[in-house]
Amino acid sequence: MSSTVEHAESHAHGHGLGDAVTHNAAKFGMWLFLGTEILLFGGLFAAYALFRAKYPDLFYDSHKKLDVTLGAINTIVLIFSSFTMALAVSASQKRNRNWLMILLSITFICGAAFGVNKYFEYSAKFHHHIYPETNIFFALYFMMTGLHMLHVFIGMGIIFALIIMAKQGRFKEGNRYTPVEVGGLYWHLVDLIWIYLFPLLYLIG
Amino acid sequence: MSAHNHTEEHHTGLRVYAAVCLALFVLTAVTVYVAKFDFGDFNIVVAMLIASIKAAIVALYFMHLKFEDKLTWIYALYPLFLLFLLIGFTIMETFTRVPVIK
Repeated sequence: MSSTVEHAESHAHGHGLGDAVTHNAAKFGMWLFLGTEILLFGGLFAAYALFRAKYPDLFYDSHKKLDVTLGAINTIVLIFSSFTMALAVSASQKRNRNWLMILLSITFICGAAFGVNKYFEYSAKFHHHIYPETNIFFALYFMMTGLHMLHVFIGMGIIFALIIMAKQGRFKEGNRYTPVEVGGLYWHLVDLIWIYLFPLLYLIG
Repeated sequence: MSAHNHTEEHHTGLRVYAAVCLALFVLTAVTVYVAKFDFGDFNIVVAMLIASIKAAIVALYFMHLKFEDKLTWIYALYPLFLLFLLIGFTIMETFTRVPVIK
């Protein structure tokens, strides 16, 4: 059964023209989708810019209540996960299944660590009776980091699926590694958005 | 875009990725450090400048934009133009409103 599937796949995704076209189309499609993601966050960035310009003192005072150390640790964790994801794409290109699975797992664990860190951060805020309705700064803080957290969870789901696919031997010689590369693009975007959220919310307010 | 493009794809090595990762760590430290100083209105300019350098590094190396064709570049940059319109014009509109009723 599996050998017939593999046989069919190696025909469908061999090194012919169709393979390259499909691969490039998938990547291009992901770039298009990332554009819409940037604009999704863009609405919130616009709101941030507007209210920060209107209430600079409120933003300054409120941002002091965020934990810069925790935010910085999460930044490092996410950058490191982007690094391991990039290496995972490399491993998939070299058809190195073991390293691919190890690197994807590390990336997944980093995502989880980010989530745990964020959980403690949110808990500390609630403990100090800081909620989204506290003021416009915290409304934006919870909305932006919450939407970002959702993206981290979705990214972790994608990475989990990639680990399963790698375990099943889907990225062997002759097969496309497109899913790894496209999933990687999504994960990097999650990192990219955090790169802006961290200074805007934690550092300058 | 040649058909065999992807088979000999950009095998960026471990060294380059490690250097990129290190650079991003250093820039994170820099942005935390400079946030301690007050440049007034330039605080946000400095922070966004560093963030944009980091974002560019991520896009160019981790996301392989450096090796992509023109079309991908256009679609990667076009949302940034839209973002500029969205944020720029929202701010411009808000702060140039003439109050009708006093």
